[in-house]
Amino acid sequence: MTLKDKLISSYLLFEENVDLESDIHKQRDEAIKFFVETGFPTKKEEAWKYTSLKPILKEDYNFFPKKEDALDYKDVKKYFIHDIDTYTIVFVDGIFSSQLSNTTHERIDACLMSSALNKDKYKPVIDKYFNKAVPKDGMVSLNTAFTREGAYIRIPKNITAEKPIQILNFSTGNQEALMVQPRNLIILEEGAETEIIERHQSLTENPVLTNVVTEVFVEKNAHLDYYKIQNDHTSASLIDNTFIKQDRDSSASVQTFSFGGKLTRNNLNFYQHGENINSILKGVTIIEGKQHVDHNTLVHHQEPNCESHQDYKGIFSGKSVGVFNGKILVDKVAQKTNAFQSNNNILIDDTATCNSKPQLEIFADDVKCSHGCTIGQMDEEALYYLQTRGIPYKEARALLMFAFANKVLSSVRIPEIKKRITKQIALKIGVELGFDA
Amino acid sequence: MSYTEHELEKELKEDKEYEYGFYTDVKSDTLPPGLNEDVVIAISKKKGEPEWMTEWRLEAFRHWETMEEPDWANVGYEKPDYQAISYYSAPNSKPKYDSIDEVDPELLDTFDKLGISLDEQKKLAGVAVDVVMDSVSVATTFKKNLREKGIIFCSISEAISEHPELVKKYIGSVVPPTDNFFAALNSAVFSDGSFCYIPKGVRCPMELSTYFRINQAGTGQFERTLVIAEDSSYVSYLEGCTAPSRDENQLHAAIVELIAHDNAEIKYSTVQNWFPGNKEGKGGVFNFVTKRGLCEKNAKISWTQVETGSAVTWKYPSCILKGDNSVGEFYSIALTNNFQQADTGTKMIHIGKNTKSTIISKGISAGNSQNSYRGLVKIDKRAENARNFSECDSLLMGNECGAHTFPYIEVKNKTAQVEHEATTSKIGEDQIFYCNQRGIDTEKAIALIVNGYSKEVLNKLPMEFAAEAQKLLEISLEGSVG
Repeated sequence: MTLKDKLISSYLLFEENVDLESDIHKQRDEAIKFFVETGFPTKKEEAWKYTSLKPILKEDYNFFPKKEDALDYKDVKKYFIHDIDTYTIVFVDGIFSSQLSNTTHERIDACLMSSALNKDKYKPVIDKYFNKAVPKDGMVSLNTAFTREGAYIRIPKNITAEKPIQILNFSTGNQEALMVQPRNLIILEEGAETEIIERHQSLTENPVLTNVVTEVFVEKNAHLDYYKIQNDHTSASLIDNTFIKQDRDSSASVQTFSFGGKLTRNNLNFYQHGENINSILKGVTIIEGKQHVDHNTLVHHQEPNCESHQDYKGIFSGKSVGVFNGKILVDKVAQKTNAFQSNNNILIDDTATCNSKPQLEIFADDVKCSHGCTIGQMDEEALYYLQTRGIPYKEARALLMFAFANKVLSSVRIPEIKKRITKQIALKIGVELGFDA
Repeated sequence: MSYTEHELEKELKEDKEYEYGFYTDVKSDTLPPGLNEDVVIAISKKKGEPEWMTEWRLEAFRHWETMEEPDWANVGYEKPDYQAISYYSAPNSKPKYDSIDEVDPELLDTFDKLGISLDEQKKLAGVAVDVVMDSVSVATTFKKNLREKGIIFCSISEAISEHPELVKKYIGSVVPPTDNFFAALNSAVFSDGSFCYIPKGVRCPMELSTYFRINQAGTGQFERTLVIAEDSSYVSYLEGCTAPSRDENQLHAAIVELIAHDNAEIKYSTVQNWFPGNKEGKGGVFNFVTKRGLCEKNAKISWTQVETGSAVTWKYPSCILKGDNSVGEFYSIALTNNFQQADTGTKMIHIGKNTKSTIISKGISAGNSQNSYRGLVKIDKRAENARNFSECDSLLMGNECGAHTFPYIEVKNKTAQVEHEATTSKIGEDQIFYCNQRGIDTEKAIALIVNGYSKEVLNKLPMEFAAEAQKLLEISLEGSVG
């Protein structure tokens, strides 16, 4: 039985277990029908040309973990951004962990998708936003069909969230192999502001496949800062589908730090529905071994006078594969668009591969759009220069790599995150240097 | 380029619909429309080909039948009915003339209109022209001169009968018949084309050129060009196209194969001006071409193209950099106006060590046209110290057109250095204003700016071609402003 068949047959069982309003039920039905038609994407599809899901689909995944598995805070503390005060929404094997979480309904909503889906109070919000920002896509439909749990965040009009919000997904490995499909909904109403940190972490070497969908609505003059930290075991795979719909005068920034995981696919999509919008996409990828990270981005400029900035840096060693597939789409009416896209990569070993496909599709004439892409290696002369100053080869290399990634890091606005990431980079490169001085 | 006032006036008065849109009435020997094994055999027979060639064609045809027409390109068009096309048409007055006097005067007249008087070219430009009128090579000049150096420059059918060992060895070696849908089709039914062989150590003393023309209504043209440069030789090959106005779409699926042996250099320049269809987007040529070159050690292949014509262009001149230290270059200007669609670019496949490639692509879209750059740079595992630089710029005129960039970059070697950059912009209003101030009207100003923008590529063309290309750009852009 293939994973697809297994998912389809377990859909019925799943439907019986969740007691949901009928209109969501209808959306699920449509979604599973769509998935039955399309199935998992294959390399024949242009968007998946360089990433094959085959190796991760052959595992015999369990979809429904029995019940909440208690975790001790001190065991997982290191995965939290714990040195600052935050709201936290924690899921263990896809199930909400009240013991580890710190949710709120005061001023803002930082709570659970399941309660938002089930409580009448939230019905108008769900009707208005749920499943509205996503296009028809196989992986998204699969997630929609199995929507049950995830983070629900709503920042009301003109409110700035006092603390950053952390979304943590742990998998315990109590199942042989686990597939989870969290569904997040994030709404920033007019003039709202917040910072969000998302992380997926498995605690054992058992295979995990996460197919997460996050819908984000950034309304008029709202500002979002979103950090995705991907540093999982090499047995865990992640398919991250994020869709951000922006209204006029808003700004949204998503920064993705990919250091771990077996296969990571980031589908990051921005839709600009208004003038004077700014969209920022940044990423640092440092991987080795047989890891595979694929950034697939889309910025759709639909209105005039908007901006977008993309900056992705990658360092690849071992047999790792890095993919960047970025698309800027400028509609006919989107005059005066200013879109920039940059993708720089360093290959450390001959066995590493880098595939880059920066695309521009432009239908408006009065625009400034450019993209640049480089693939290269360490500058030998710079290395030599540092060595002549008494810096050992390894450290000199680390310094250069850090400098390479620093352009992206410098825009991280939460110092604690920056500190952690720089530490992580030092660990990745195998040196003990404090870059954060 | 500077213009005199007289020239300016003359050009403004002239009606620049499609300068080369005329139709020569020469009786043609045409096969009925349709494609099956019998047609393939008939074509082969008509051309008096040996059995191995017929077999080769049939094999390609059988493979073609199993293939589907690709649709991944960023173009939209009504797919041609391959059974409604006549696959062979040859001017009736059978060729093989020793002197030009014997050539059908009407044909000569056509060439005059095209501005390639054979006599004049012979004397003045020093260019040997292998003229292809529809499918059969009609006249070949300068053959004798070239013969003395050991250079073979003739039609491919002639080469099949006279140099079968060379043709057998190289045909399909770079573009195998199974390569793609159109390559298979061409391999099955190719009517004629050019063959060029430069022996070891010979520097071809003149620019070789071929003019292609589609003439007979409803006949597709399937050209096949094979250029072989032996060790340490050099050749510069020019190809230029014009086609008469037609209402129904005409299919053009050519194959060009270049083989550059050790230390050899091939320069291949194209000016393509097939009929682009009228202002409403009706008619025009479908140009689905497979062009590919193979570089051995220290060899160099340089593609230069100026694409202004065709309703739909689908073309990716590529270099396989197999030998160490080999070099591939691609310089392109693609201009689309009215309802034209172009999806063009290149592939640079780095296999050998220290291989280098340069890609300069300039796209200009005006009117309702769509212009795409699609390119692949691939660095193989073994390609130590490979280097690539790509630059693709797009210029948009008016808000009904589109410019697209689809670069594919695949690197498997850490010593590789690959750079790609692309920009999209429009002509600055201040630039036009500056020209207006100095008494240059807007249309001329745009021509001037476009010429400057394209200079990098135009400079790579041989002299006589560069002037023609510049002219072409201007004609193609006419009426795109205001």
